[in-house]
Amino acid sequence: MARIVIIGNGVAGITAARNIRKRSEHSITVISGESDHFYSRPALMYIFMGHMEYAHTKPYEDWFWKKNRIDVIRDHALHVDTKAKTISLASGDVCHYDSVVFATGAKTNFYSWPGQDLEGVQGFTNLNDLELLEQNVRGVRRAIVVGGGLIGIEVAEMLRSRDIATTMLVRETSYWNNVLPAEESAMVNAHLAEHHVDVRYSTQLAEIVANDSSDTDIVSSDTSHTEIVVGNGQRACAVVTNSGERIECQLVVLTAGVRPRIDLAQSSGIATQRGILVDEYFATSVPDVFAIGDCAERPNGRVDLLWYTARAHGETLAATLCGERTAYRPGVFFNSAKFFDIEYQTYGVVPSAIEVMHEVTKVVTPTDSNGMQSLTWSRPDKRRFLRIVHSNNRVVGFNAMGVRLRAEVCTKWINEAASLDYVVKHIALAQFDAEFTERLRVA
Amino acid sequence: MTTVQLMMPAELKSATTGLHLLERLGLAMVALASLVFVLGAAGAFASMQLLYFCSTIVLGTAGGFIAVLPAFRDRTTGIRNNGIMFSGIMRRGGAAWIAGIAFTAFYIVLYWYPEALKHVIGAAEPLSQWMRHKAADRWFLYGTLYTVGVLVMGVRMLAKYRDSRYHVVRTLSVMFFQLGFAFVLPSILVALNTKEFYFHYFWPLKPEYLFPGTLDKLLASGDGMLVFMGFWTIAMTVVATPVLTYFYGKRWYCSWVCGCGALAETVGDPWRQNSDKSLTAWRVERWMVHSVLLFITIVTVLIWLNASQGGAILGTWTSTLNSVYGFFIGAVFSGVIGVGFYPIMGARVWCRFGCPMAATLGILQKWFSRFRITTNGAQCISCGNCSTYCEMGIDVRAYAQRGEDIKRASCVGCGVCASVCPRGVLKLENKK
Repeated sequence: MARIVIIGNGVAGITAARNIRKRSEHSITVISGESDHFYSRPALMYIFMGHMEYAHTKPYEDWFWKKNRIDVIRDHALHVDTKAKTISLASGDVCHYDSVVFATGAKTNFYSWPGQDLEGVQGFTNLNDLELLEQNVRGVRRAIVVGGGLIGIEVAEMLRSRDIATTMLVRETSYWNNVLPAEESAMVNAHLAEHHVDVRYSTQLAEIVANDSSDTDIVSSDTSHTEIVVGNGQRACAVVTNSGERIECQLVVLTAGVRPRIDLAQSSGIATQRGILVDEYFATSVPDVFAIGDCAERPNGRVDLLWYTARAHGETLAATLCGERTAYRPGVFFNSAKFFDIEYQTYGVVPSAIEVMHEVTKVVTPTDSNGMQSLTWSRPDKRRFLRIVHSNNRVVGFNAMGVRLRAEVCTKWINEAASLDYVVKHIALAQFDAEFTERLRVA
Repeated sequence: MTTVQLMMPAELKSATTGLHLLERLGLAMVALASLVFVLGAAGAFASMQLLYFCSTIVLGTAGGFIAVLPAFRDRTTGIRNNGIMFSGIMRRGGAAWIAGIAFTAFYIVLYWYPEALKHVIGAAEPLSQWMRHKAADRWFLYGTLYTVGVLVMGVRMLAKYRDSRYHVVRTLSVMFFQLGFAFVLPSILVALNTKEFYFHYFWPLKPEYLFPGTLDKLLASGDGMLVFMGFWTIAMTVVATPVLTYFYGKRWYCSWVCGCGALAETVGDPWRQNSDKSLTAWRVERWMVHSVLLFITIVTVLIWLNASQGGAILGTWTSTLNSVYGFFIGAVFSGVIGVGFYPIMGARVWCRFGCPMAATLGILQKWFSRFRITTNGAQCISCGNCSTYCEMGIDVRAYAQRGEDIKRASCVGCGVCASVCPRGVLKLENKK
C-alpha cells in the first residue's frame, strides 16, 4: 500500500483519486487550498447567474470522501521536498508521500497591463474569483471583458444576466476565429449582438485607468501572481484600447487565456517550461512525481486546458499508479461549450481556416484548404448549424452549433474514416437532439 | 485619446430582470381576485354570485394570463433560469413559506372544514350551473381553481420552454387532459345525470375504480356508457398501463396525462429545484412509495376477498380500511403534503413519496421498459444543472458523469434535465 498525495482537487486530481480508489487500497490524500470539497469549475458561472448554489455544483455528497477513504485536506502546499518525499503545508504540517501528483491547474494570464492590480480588476477561474466578482459587481454600470475566448464569453453572459452593460475587447477580427471557422464565428458574433454585448473586434487592452487619473504609475511588472493582488484602494474607472479609445467602466475582467500553475513545481526543482514537463505516463523529471491536467505539458509541447482532457489524464495516471503502466493515448478529439444560448460541440479535426465546399442549399465552387473541405447545413432562423469536414471524401471532423450530436456515432465515423456520402445519408443516426426536434437532413 | 461614454440601452432594464408592466398588472389582478375570494367567505356576495364569480375566478384567470404572456417577448433562445437561487419565493425564502402555509391551510379547510367554504363555493356557482346544471360544491370549486392553475401556468411553461418542441407538446398534453378529461368531461357526465367519471385515472391512483362495489355497479348497470366505463378502467389498468409503459416509460402517464403531474409540471415548475437529491431522500422515497403501493394492494385484495365471501372476512372493516387509506393517502398525503409543500420540497412530493400509481409505473419502467435517459459519451462537465432541476430528486449527474444510462423508477420523463444541460449530454430515448 503506497501513500499517494494529490495536490489540487480539480477534476484531474479528483478523477485520479477516485480511480486509484477503484483500483487499489493505496492511501490517498488530496490537498486543496481552494475548497473543502470537489466542485465543478465550469459551473462557477451558474452560481453567479443564480441557476445553482455552490452546494449544487459538488458532484459528490460530502460523506463520499470519507466513505471512499480519500483524505481531503484544506491547506496550501508550500514546498515539495522530492528527496525526503515530504510536502510542507501552510499550516506547518508535513505530509509524507510515496508518489505525489501535481494537479494544480491553471490561472489567469496577466500580461503586465498597466493598471492590472487596481481594485475592480480581476480574472475568473476559481471560487475566490467568484466571491471577488460578487463584491466587484456592486454598483457597476459597465464592465469590460478582456479576451474573446470561452471564459470571456461566459463572463459576458454572467454580467448580462445581472443587466450590466458589457463591452468585450476581442483581439481577433471575429469571435474565437483562431479556433472556429468563419461561419460558426459569425453566428456567435450575431448572437452576442442579440444579447446586447458590445464587442470590439481587433481590439486589445492597452491600459486600465485608475479613478484618480493623476496617479498613473501603478504599473506592475510582476506577472506571476498566485492570488489576486488587492490594489492600494484605487479602483479602475476606464480602459484604454490599443487604438487609443477610452471606455469608462467600473469593472474589468481579464480573460485572455490561462496558463499552467507551475510555481510550486518550479520551486521544488521539477522541470517546467510552459507547464510541468511530463512524459506520456505523466511522470515529471523527478522520480515518483507526476503532473496531470492543466498544469502538465506533454511531450509534444501541448498543454491541454480542457475539462475532458484533465479527466482523461486522471484516469490514465490512476492506472499507472496502480501497477498497470498506461501511456496517455487520447482518442478522437472532442470538446463542447455554450455561447450564451448556442450549444457547441466539436469532434475530430476542424481547422479554423477551412472553406466550405458546398452548402446544402447552394453549391459553391469547391475550394481546397490543407486537403480538407467541408459541407455545411444551417437553419439561421433556429440558430442551428452543422459542419462535416472531410479529406478526400473521408470524414475527419464535425462542428455543431445548436445541434446535439451523438458522440459515439461521430467518433466511430471518424475512426473508421467513413465516406462523406455515407455520413450525409445517415446523419440522422448522429443526432442527439430531444424528441420532436426537426431532423437533420443534410443531403 | 477619444472618450466614449456608453449608455445601457433603456429596453434592457426590463428585458432580463425585474417585472414587466403587464406582469405587474396581471399579478395585481390575481392578488385582487384572491382578496375578493377571502372577503366573500363571510357571505358578502351571497346574493351576487355572478359578480363574485367575475371578480374572483374570471379576474384571477385573466390576471394570470396577463402575467405570464409577456414571457413570450424574449426572442432569444434558451431557458432562462437566471436568479432562481436568489429568489425568496422560489428558493425557500419567507415568501415561499407563506405560500406553503397558505396552500396547506387551503387543503386543510377543503378536506376537513368544508363549512368554512360555504360562501366561497358561490364563486363557482354560475360556472357550475352553466356546465353541469347543478349547484357547485367544494370539489367543483377545487377542480375549477386546479384547472385554471394548470392552464395559466401551462402557458407560462410554453413560454419558458418554447424552444423545445418536446416540452411544448407535453405541456399542451397535460393542459388538454386537465381541461378535457378532468374538468369538462366529468361536468358533461354530471349534466347528463350519469356517473361522474374520470377516464384518465386508474387503479391504484383511483383505487375505488377497481373495487367490487364500483365495478359490479358499472358492469351490471345495463347502461352502455357505464358498462364502457367499467371495461375502460379494467383495460387501462391491466393492459394499457403495462404496454404503454413498456414502450414509453412512465412518462406517458406522469408527465403527459395525470392531473397531479399536470399541476406539478405547470404550477409546480418554479419550485422544481427544491427537491431533495440526497441519497438519504432516495432511500426514504423507496420505502415510502412502495409501502403505499403495498397498502393499497392489500386493501384491494381484502375488499375483493371479502366481497367474494359475502362480507364474511371483514364485515364492516372494509369501509374502515378504505377510509383510513382515503384519509392518510388520499387527503393528507396527496393534498395537504403533496401540494401544500410545493414551495419548500418541490412539486413532486406526492408523486415521488406517495403515489401508488407512480410506484407501479416505476417498477414497470425500471424492469420492463425501453425508456431510459442516455448519456452522450464523455461530454459531461459535472456542473449539476440536471440534478438541480430534476423535480424527482434524481441525482442525474451521478450517472451522466460516468456515462451511464439512467433507468430510475422515479423518473417521470419530463425532459428538463436534458434541456438544462449546457453540453448536450442527456437524451430521453425509447430504445430496445
